[in-house]
Amino acid sequence: MNRQVEPQHFEFDAAAEAEVAKAIALYPPGKQMSAVKTLLDIAQRQMGRETGSAWVPRVAMDVVAKRLGVAPIRVYENATFYTMFNARPIGKYHLQLCTTTPCWLRGSDDVVSACKKISGIANFGQTSADGLFTLTEAECLGACVNAPILQINDDYYEDVNGERAEALLNKLKAGEALPPPGSTIGRQASAPITNQTTLLPATGPAE
Amino acid sequence: MLNDSDRIYKNLYGQMDWRLEAARARGDWEGTAEILAKGRDVIVEEVKASGMRGRGGAGFPTGLKWSFMPKQSDGRPSYLVVNADESEPGTCKDRDIIRHEPHKLIEGCLIAGFAMGANTGFIYIRGEYYNEAQRLQAAIDEAYAAGLLGKNAAGSGWDFDLVLQRGAGAYICGEESAMLESLEGKKGMPRMKPPFPAAMGLYGCPTTVNNVETIAGVPTILRRGAAWFSALGRPKNSGTKIFCISGHVNNPCNVEEELGIPLKELIDKHAGGVRGGWDNLQAIIPGGASSPILNKEMAEAQLMDFDSLAAVKSMLGSGAIIVLDKSADVVKAIWRLSKFFKHESCGQCTPCREGTGWMMRMMDRVVQNKASMADLGLLEQVTTQVAGHTICAFGEAASWPIQGMMRAFRPMVEQRTIDYQPPPAIPQAAE
Repeated sequence: MNRQVEPQHFEFDAAAEAEVAKAIALYPPGKQMSAVKTLLDIAQRQMGRETGSAWVPRVAMDVVAKRLGVAPIRVYENATFYTMFNARPIGKYHLQLCTTTPCWLRGSDDVVSACKKISGIANFGQTSADGLFTLTEAECLGACVNAPILQINDDYYEDVNGERAEALLNKLKAGEALPPPGSTIGRQASAPITNQTTLLPATGPAE
Repeated sequence: MLNDSDRIYKNLYGQMDWRLEAARARGDWEGTAEILAKGRDVIVEEVKASGMRGRGGAGFPTGLKWSFMPKQSDGRPSYLVVNADESEPGTCKDRDIIRHEPHKLIEGCLIAGFAMGANTGFIYIRGEYYNEAQRLQAAIDEAYAAGLLGKNAAGSGWDFDLVLQRGAGAYICGEESAMLESLEGKKGMPRMKPPFPAAMGLYGCPTTVNNVETIAGVPTILRRGAAWFSALGRPKNSGTKIFCISGHVNNPCNVEEELGIPLKELIDKHAGGVRGGWDNLQAIIPGGASSPILNKEMAEAQLMDFDSLAAVKSMLGSGAIIVLDKSADVVKAIWRLSKFFKHESCGQCTPCREGTGWMMRMMDRVVQNKASMADLGLLEQVTTQVAGHTICAFGEAASWPIQGMMRAFRPMVEQRTIDYQPPPAIPQAAE
């Protein structure tokens, strides 16, 4: 899956243009480079809308550089330094599995196995033959009391195990909608699953 | 146990609405203009008197930090930067503030910005928190629409703008000077200090960087008074703190408690105890990935505050407690942290760029029982050559977990090396 299908041309579409203008306007005059990560993200999302694969081809980096009035290298170095920019095409669903110690202690190895099994992907960093999934090993995603975490595109699925990860991926394979993100065992955010000790409903009206 | 009435974050778990109206009903934005009317010196003194120390990890006194900002502008604007790049493994407290109590953070930004003479604040949130960033932006938009931000913010006479920038996946951007670089649109590589940010920070202007939990706590402190906050906790370690309890406990959770609470009480009371009971405890990492690990004996009577943990050569850090029961391989758990640090080194300084990978590979050999006693000595020595020899504190952060493991678990680690006979081989060049 390392075939580089580098497009010849990239241009922000109308929806993206509005976001670009808004992003640049947030910063003081002459400091438009502060918007570089936002612009790369906008480009990556547009690629996702247009091609089903959210990545940033080099022509898009050049468009960002032109828009910001900087040398292309200033954009390339951002695009390669930060892990969230994909310099290669990726699957429709980007599966990011956290395996850092808090998730590992709660059984992330099982989630890894489940994702490999359902997606048919042998190793991290690869994309399934059908182009549906890319599997990435993530470093701490910052939701550790709800470990293990499986991030699917923008959404965190928390408190997963092998079985529940399989169910989520099978839904995606079948083209079904996923349940809302968050805990997969019905927890209220980061509260204990049972025996909540603080902030009990008596202290305020429930939503 | 701390009373719910003394908790700053009444909506930590998102049981109530996060929006402005509900936040106001919880007391946010109440009399903000009157607080600002006291003047910046009074506010800084009040925060100093409260004993608030930075909640991001270093524990630097917040009021003192604010007082470093110039009183008179030399023509350059001043900036407030809020560090929401929560990435220290084990830590997930700022996420709850952002998604469930965003108005505490926004109001805190206005007050802190005013107290340091800044008309603009930037919140730098980690890129992976996409949904949280959407939520925070919606709350910022609400605040603008209600006149709480922008010109004459909250009717205080002070103009204050707040900009949210998303990161894009780099732990190092949680280091304050790397964050400033990233905010400027560069690679997140830490800067040499001095000059310190208060003299030359964002865009070369005076800047103060504070953690989300620090800033979000300020409005409540100013409303209830420094005396209320400083009466909680222990001397020089005052107030409340959100602890994140993860790993081998029955009920992993976030909980706001008093600083100085015994570690055992914290875990038993709020997290349902260690899986299999306290006697099944093997180790605890008390303050995020870089804080040196404690064995059961050390954890037994440990108090959770800055100075008590520093006294055992560990640290409170971000308040992220990672519990390991007897089923866990401590060496492998530390190896995974070494892998984390290897992945996240920005590559600027040679000791860190090369050392983190070297330490990870050596830890891998210990995990596989393929390290000799001499290798262990070498590993410890190399950690001391990385720590303290880099521009930022990442070198320390990457070395401390290994040094902590050697302090707390030396007999166990040495036992793994005793039977190993290295094969006679021709030495090869290192990778």
